[in-house]
Amino acid sequence: MTVNELSLNDSRPAQTGWQRYLATLRYGLYVILHPFDGFWDLVHEKRGSLAAAHTFLVLFLLTRVLKLMYTNFQFISAPLQYINIYEQCASLLFPFLVLCLANWALSTLFDGKGRFKDIYMAMCYALVPYILIQLPLILISNFISFDEASYYTVLMSVSIIWCLFLAFVGLMQVHDYSPGKTIIFIFFTIFGALVILFLILVFFSLLSDAIGYFVSLYREIVFRLY
Amino acid sequence: MNIKRFTALLLALGLLLTAAVAAADDGYTSSYTYNYDYWGEIRESPDAYRVDQVLYSTTLGLETAMRRPQSLYARDNHLYICDTGNNRIIEVIRENGQFTLGRIVDRVIGAEPETFNTPSDVFVDENGNMYVADTNNNRIVMMDAGQNLLQTYVKPSDTTFDQSLSFLPDKIVVDSSGRVFVLATNINKGLVKYEADGTFTGFIGANPVKYTMWDYIWKSFFTTKEQRAQQASFVPTEYENICIDKEGFIYATNVVFSEYDLLWDNAKPIRRINSIGSDILVKNDRYPPIGDLSWVEGSLDYGPSKFYDITVLDNDIYIAVDHTRGRLFGYDPQGIMLWAFGTKGNNTGAFLSAVSIEHMGYDLFVLDENESSVTVFTPTDYGNMIYRASNEYLKGDYEGSADTWRQVLKLNANYNLAFIGIGRSLMRQEQYEEAMEYFKMAHDRENYGRAYRYYRKIVVERNIGWIVAIVAALLIVPLIVRTVKKMRAEVEEYDRQRIVT
Repeated sequence: MTVNELSLNDSRPAQTGWQRYLATLRYGLYVILHPFDGFWDLVHEKRGSLAAAHTFLVLFLLTRVLKLMYTNFQFISAPLQYINIYEQCASLLFPFLVLCLANWALSTLFDGKGRFKDIYMAMCYALVPYILIQLPLILISNFISFDEASYYTVLMSVSIIWCLFLAFVGLMQVHDYSPGKTIIFIFFTIFGALVILFLILVFFSLLSDAIGYFVSLYREIVFRLY
Repeated sequence: MNIKRFTALLLALGLLLTAAVAAADDGYTSSYTYNYDYWGEIRESPDAYRVDQVLYSTTLGLETAMRRPQSLYARDNHLYICDTGNNRIIEVIRENGQFTLGRIVDRVIGAEPETFNTPSDVFVDENGNMYVADTNNNRIVMMDAGQNLLQTYVKPSDTTFDQSLSFLPDKIVVDSSGRVFVLATNINKGLVKYEADGTFTGFIGANPVKYTMWDYIWKSFFTTKEQRAQQASFVPTEYENICIDKEGFIYATNVVFSEYDLLWDNAKPIRRINSIGSDILVKNDRYPPIGDLSWVEGSLDYGPSKFYDITVLDNDIYIAVDHTRGRLFGYDPQGIMLWAFGTKGNNTGAFLSAVSIEHMGYDLFVLDENESSVTVFTPTDYGNMIYRASNEYLKGDYEGSADTWRQVLKLNANYNLAFIGIGRSLMRQEQYEEAMEYFKMAHDRENYGRAYRYYRKIVVERNIGWIVAIVAALLIVPLIVRTVKKMRAEVEEYDRQRIVT
């Protein structure tokens, strides 16, 4: 399909909400195979939807949890007795959102075109290969032996490299950057994420100090009154 | 009548309770013996060894008490204690579980000088010839059973040996053909090797030097010549102790390393050195043989285990003694920990400063230099069972070994090696599904994978008809559906055209 064909499809008679949701979900498949066209249209031609993006993110977290729980023990050493699902999800979701935020915050400095919604959507669509490969991989892991681990590892690496590549192209298209600029931008994004983490830490430590101050003030007054 | 019965019941209960208390309070805390599970957590286990007796100077009937003894050696039923502080070797004879004092060797007839000066190790060969590392006399003497001098091994006059250093032999082992391997203080080129006739033939098994790229960059570009002279130079570290197994391989322990070297097994605290000097120790467990995997932050004896001595049993199981926490660690030939026990302290079964370990059969002797005592450990039923199971497996009696492992599991359900042992014997009996279950419980991936491959093959062969049928159906059904749809569309098209016309 070319861009023209796509925009022709887009001008079809009005879809219902549900149909549009399914169409945007299906569009994820197009994006991962034609990232340059796909990401451009995702944002600029409104081929994607936030609902689909949320779905991909949730599926990604679900894949992650299922992977920890049901991958055969030959390929993963997950101490299930210590694993907390919420903690696992938070440890993925939090960096993901902080990186999106840092990216959005810095896009002004770097003359980027993307809005927060666009960045978030592009990043979520970039997670699709992870879901598509890792979910079946959980099943496969239960039918192969330790000696055949190379197939497993290769597929796993492919899924991650594919995702990283999509994220790169996604950022490039959303902000309308050149590849070189995108690389520099990614470095700054990581730096920005670290700054955000630092600010959060400072904020919480100050907050706890402030609360501590009022608590001790209250105690002092209570002691004086008795 | 009723009251009588009631009192009888009470009495019986009371007896039971005291029995229970007595059984629990036998001087061994519940955490005396332990093992590590797959996740590296301590799992308490039944005692593999218990103290049989402790030999002190008084129990041996020595006139002068032992002073800072440094080493033990055991051959047949003779135990030799190197009583360093008193410049003598004490021979103890074991008969029917009783230890009696034998000879006291404090001079060599025909040597110059005849007496020892701080001897630090002793070795006795099959013929009863005794070798003594006579440290401050800078020599190793070999004498026959009548204490007559046979051979002296002195500082090599070779150019490879730094003549400015004094020759201080510390530990010695002798192989079956009479070659002497010496661990000498201040010599970091490895073990000094002598032929039986006393000629020096070089060094063997030097500790490899650790030199990272960062070290190199720092030294070359960021330090001045003066600073470099001040810094410690990169030299191999010395071994702490050595021991020779029945095949002639030397086991060496190393205690000079940083904690972080242990993480990726760079420290290699235990090595098995072959004739060309490389480390060939088998490490098939998740964790390498490094003693304790973790230690309590802020405790007095914080830090990695430091193996001051090691001994190798006849079935290739090796036991190392940790000086940091006074513990003994047993490992099987695959490098899997069998058990660990011991602690620091003054109690029986605890050590103040354990420096040497030896074995007679499965009995262990541990020398404490501060207490000047030798603790004799004998294996419990549980400990014997573990040995029996691994011996049976080595001999090829897989079913017998599995039965023994099952008995071990009854005493300690956390024993990973037992699961692996049972699994392996089940696999030999072609019961792959059961074997897989056991391997899974032990987290043994390689063996599980092996069993699974056989299992999968059997399942596929049994159901090949179904599998072919399903695959065929998956391929053919869509084909038929597509053809039918196509035909129907053509018919409809034809009908429509007919209507139009």
